Amino acid sequence: MRVRVLFFALLREKAKVDATDWELPADATVAALWRDVVATYPALEPFSASVSFAVNEEYRDRDCRLHDGDEVALIPPVSGG
Amino acid sequence: MFEIVSDPIDATRVAAAVSRPHAGAVVTFHGTTRDHNDGRRVTRLEYEAYPSMAVAEMRKIGVAACERWPIAAMAIVHRIGVVPVGEASVVIAVSAAHRAPAFEACHFAIDRLKQVVPIWKKEHFEGGEVWIGAQTGEAFPSGSVAPARE
Repeated sequence: MRVRVLFFALLREKAKVDATDWELPADATVAALWRDVVATYPALEPFSASVSFAVNEEYRDRDCRLHDGDEVALIPPVSGG
Repeated sequence: MFEIVSDPIDATRVAAAVSRPHAGAVVTFHGTTRDHNDGRRVTRLEYEAYPSMAVAEMRKIGVAACERWPIAAMAIVHRIGVVPVGEASVVIAVSAAHRAPAFEACHFAIDRLKQVVPIWKKEHFEGGEVWIGAQTGEAFPSGSVAPARE
């Protein structure tokens, strides 16, 4: 299946990408996606503990199962306001 | 009114958005760029957002506040891009019949915005720049991956 992955802030700068499509096995979880992302962009590894995830604009935890067409945002610690 | 804007925030418009005949109190909060942080001299802040989700999360803050306090309305406008020293990155307005809930709801809103809304600030200071919050520890004080839902 294919999901859309969005990179923000420091993650975007380290990976040098803001958005990309990602191929995953059916039923892959957010955790599996993150492992794949870190394998592709090793510079993101130090952020593994602090990154949060949103799937289709809702915060989800790492065992959330993904579906074809999902939009997954990689969310470093927020600092608005 | 829950918006992400790229231009200077019109605070009058934000306050007007919550004005109601039955609300005797309007409280507004401006978060502005401070010229110092953590011993550094700050020259400007630069904000980035996940705009569609940021608006959705700001609206959820409004809903949560309405459930918790007897307020009439809330408006939140956050600016992205460069925000110079002294200018507002965020303006929150809350109206209520009486001032106590308006103050409390406004305080809640800015505290909650800083916890959950997907917006990030990059601090430009004399000597460099740094993304605020980009630590490698736990994302949220509770230790959970996703923020607690109110």
